Amino acid sequence: MRKNLFNVGALLRGLTTTFSYQFKKKPTIEYPTVKKQHAPRFHGLHELRRYGDGKERCIGCELCAIACPANAITVIGAENTPLDRRSPGERYAASYEIDELRCIFCGLCEEACPTDAIVLTPRFEMADYRRGAFVYAKDRLLVPLEAGVGTPPDERPNGIPADLGAVAREKDTVDIATGYDATNRGHILKTQRRGLAG
Amino acid sequence: MSAPIWLIVLVKAIIVLGVVITAFAYSMLFERKIIGWMQLRPGPNRIGPWGLLQPAADAVKMIFKEDLTPETADPLIYRIAPFISLVCAMGAFAIIPFSASADGTLWSVGNVNAGILFVFALTSVGVYGISLAGWSSGSKFPLLGSVRSTAQMISYELSMSMSVIGVLILAGSTALGDIVNAQYRLWFIVPQIVGFIIYIITAVAETNRAPFDLVEAETELVGGFHTEYSGLRFGLFFIAEYLNMITVSCLATLLFLGGWNSPIPGLPSGGFVGLIWFLIKAGAFLFFYIWLRATLPRFRYDRLMDFGWKVLFPVATLNLILTAVVVAVWPQHA
Repeated sequence: MRKNLFNVGALLRGLTTTFSYQFKKKPTIEYPTVKKQHAPRFHGLHELRRYGDGKERCIGCELCAIACPANAITVIGAENTPLDRRSPGERYAASYEIDELRCIFCGLCEEACPTDAIVLTPRFEMADYRRGAFVYAKDRLLVPLEAGVGTPPDERPNGIPADLGAVAREKDTVDIATGYDATNRGHILKTQRRGLAG
Repeated sequence: MSAPIWLIVLVKAIIVLGVVITAFAYSMLFERKIIGWMQLRPGPNRIGPWGLLQPAADAVKMIFKEDLTPETADPLIYRIAPFISLVCAMGAFAIIPFSASADGTLWSVGNVNAGILFVFALTSVGVYGISLAGWSSGSKFPLLGSVRSTAQMISYELSMSMSVIGVLILAGSTALGDIVNAQYRLWFIVPQIVGFIIYIITAVAETNRAPFDLVEAETELVGGFHTEYSGLRFGLFFIAEYLNMITVSCLATLLFLGGWNSPIPGLPSGGFVGLIWFLIKAGAFLFFYIWLRATLPRFRYDRLMDFGWKVLFPVATLNLILTAVVVAVWPQHA
């Protein structure tokens, strides 16, 4: 005990350390005023995208709801009619709800989607005082018409690795019958993650 | 016709009170900032420029929080205890001279002959605030905290007094003004370096600050003696703790660091310049406190007692005897 008590050298070393730390650069990001640069493909709030002509990408197939491990997604599909075409396919999502409180932001819905309709955006500020406010329906998920097509899955703000974008573009195909993109993006992502692609 | 003496004292007291409360508020901010920087954080910076209005926000928070009294507490003593702490902490400032005019008038509310004894008496009574708070809370953690505080304060106050007596022998007076004037040529930190070191250590223990903050010891005792306190009453303990810190910093300045004397011979000493010297010295001491808190982990309780009684007390006694002998044999050096 005495040995520790009179180890003045250790005390002084501790004091010099704390003293010098005062002048170091602080890593703090002052959040509400300064926001963090997120990692590429941050998993945040969902978004339902549109095609270039304003039609909804979602075809109401419910694959996202099946893929969702947290059972957070509820999709009710309906048939398109010639007078009221919401999506280029046969069906569209009459109701699309995501309970963001259940969601674990794993991105499996994104991977399951055959038309790249559902996408996780980098938006993460969803706080609210009411529980019900966390159930996001189409009115909040779907990109407004005037906002264009929505967040491109592979060209999000803050960027993604350039090579991955290139791979995705290379394999972009156009559905001849409809003239719309028919990217099998899930497949590309999977191969990319296994390190098989490009 | 000159103003009546009570009016002068009253005005002085109000000024000192205002200054002291402001000093408390900003020493708290100072501590949070410094500790933040030492831990690679920016510290409070949201309220006002550089967080300068943080103390005001804290005060508002404290005032509006609920003031709880536990059912098992002794209501009267429980309510009085914070005031005992605070009054004793504030009382010490009544006699601390912050500077002196050219004609030797001290810049203090009152000038007591036995100034140093008055301060020690007040800090000793201040322990009652903590002890009674813990005792009357009627729960086990505060009780443990107060028992610790009593034991710790008694054992460290002894060494503290011993370390200060050396200074008193050299100065030949217990009045704080005379002690500072005696340091006009040579600060007492030079002949009393041992006493100074003991004083710093015991002062930390006396004010219950890290690494001797066993009275509060968050990791073991929740909050120690003030576990049950909330709202304004907790705030009073908080104020008392910081005021005690400032008091011992001022005392160290007066007793060992030459008070309002300039560190370089030839520069002006008294008056407003002296006040600035005083504030710089006391501020440096305050910084040292905060620095210690950011660096050292808490002592174990038995080691604290062991250190107090088996190391500090004998060394302080030896220092005292040595000083007394030197002054007795060569009185011209005193």
